[in-house]
Amino acid sequence: MGFFKRFFSEKKRGRGVSEKGLLLYPSTGEVIRAETLLKEAGLAVAVKGPPPDLRQGCDMVIEFDLLQELRIRQLLAQAGLPPLRVAVAQDHLLEPVSLYQVKDFGDYLMVRAANMKITLDKRDRRIVNISGGGCPDVPFLAEMLVGRTLDEAPKPRSLGQTLCGYSLQLAYEELCRQCPG
Amino acid sequence: MSWLIAGTVPRADFPLVRGQYELRGSELLVAGQSVKVARGTPALLAAAAAAARVLGIPPLETILAGDTGKGEGSRQLYAELAANPPPVPIAGLTFHYLLPDIYWHNQVLWGLEALLPKPFLVADAGFMYAAKMSGFAASYDLFTPDVGEMAFLADERAPHPFYTRGFLLQDEERVPEQIARAYAEENAARHLLVKGRKDYVVAAGQIVAEISVPNVPAMEPIGGTGDTLTGLVTALLAAGMQPVPACQVAARANRYLGFYAEPTPAHGVADLLPFLPRALEQALKEAGVG
Repeated sequence: MGFFKRFFSEKKRGRGVSEKGLLLYPSTGEVIRAETLLKEAGLAVAVKGPPPDLRQGCDMVIEFDLLQELRIRQLLAQAGLPPLRVAVAQDHLLEPVSLYQVKDFGDYLMVRAANMKITLDKRDRRIVNISGGGCPDVPFLAEMLVGRTLDEAPKPRSLGQTLCGYSLQLAYEELCRQCPG
Repeated sequence: MSWLIAGTVPRADFPLVRGQYELRGSELLVAGQSVKVARGTPALLAAAAAAARVLGIPPLETILAGDTGKGEGSRQLYAELAANPPPVPIAGLTFHYLLPDIYWHNQVLWGLEALLPKPFLVADAGFMYAAKMSGFAASYDLFTPDVGEMAFLADERAPHPFYTRGFLLQDEERVPEQIARAYAEENAARHLLVKGRKDYVVAAGQIVAEISVPNVPAMEPIGGTGDTLTGLVTALLAAGMQPVPACQVAARANRYLGFYAEPTPAHGVADLLPFLPRALEQALKEAGVG
């Protein structure tokens, strides 16, 4: 019943005026910082793939509830992160990856999210390897994280600039769920 | 003929450099700069240089920029290549860790397509994402995706692996189906070397070889082992080997690299490099070349 309710309500919403807005930034790094700020402020926002006419390469947008637009604009302005543009969500937006593969190597555990993999030594919760990805922040993030424990290591989202960096954040979060310490 | 490898190093202070490079121990030397080999393009360059020595070919060339993800270095490199394509004749180019940017990708590709004879084009990592996103994947001669990236190539709606739909990511056994799907939508190069538990070599949409031994599971978590594979195939192509045997030998050599090094998932790719000559010689011998 819940499925049908959701299906029909989404269908109806598709014909009407969208209640979702999009925050657009010139770089993925700014999207990641803005999303972190808004989530910490308790706002329901989500990163999504931009509609085809707004795609440039490695990019994403922040989807938000239009009713919250004023507050969001204020928060972002105060933080020096004003968006390049605010648009109403008209098209179907792409969803980020949400499926993880977990591989157990005995003393080590590897989690893959999309094209990114992170591996942990279960004995001391030390990150021993990061692999995969194709954007230039991946080797940089690996240098910052490998050799540190999950508690010591910076979160990938604090340093990541690209969608590969964001994928690594998702894999890292899943690793924290798998090995809570 | 020469071969040019284009990519980035994870340093904000690294300038744009171009020229022949040398591998000395676990460091790369290029245009007066020194680069540590850990993963990413330096790992590709190191593997290609070590393989070039085994194959007895002259040192390869590189164009490198410093980029920690903000894209400045990548854009500098794109602009340089678009303004100054390599002089002909050039056997081929391998593109690697670059921030995907459709505009700049197209500028570079169109410049290369004007060269006669047309060089062999290999794309991996971020540049492969840009190649697919741009709709010009079929203009390339070889892509070297891992299984996660293969699912991305198979997803006609995904502009980046981050948006690959779940049903395509579920099972590594579905790689052959993903290969067919990528070719049906023209999201693949003429050849594919798919890196995974089993490696697949694909030519014009058909799987022509599967390589699964030796199997060293610990290689998968080690950052840079996909880069060494792309480096190996680059050197073999630069030595004049045809794409299908080059992919087969490279895949087997990369597996022997793990077999001889006996790594744990905590090893780094620099720990494996000393074993590369032996691994490549073994793979060449099995192919009847060595």
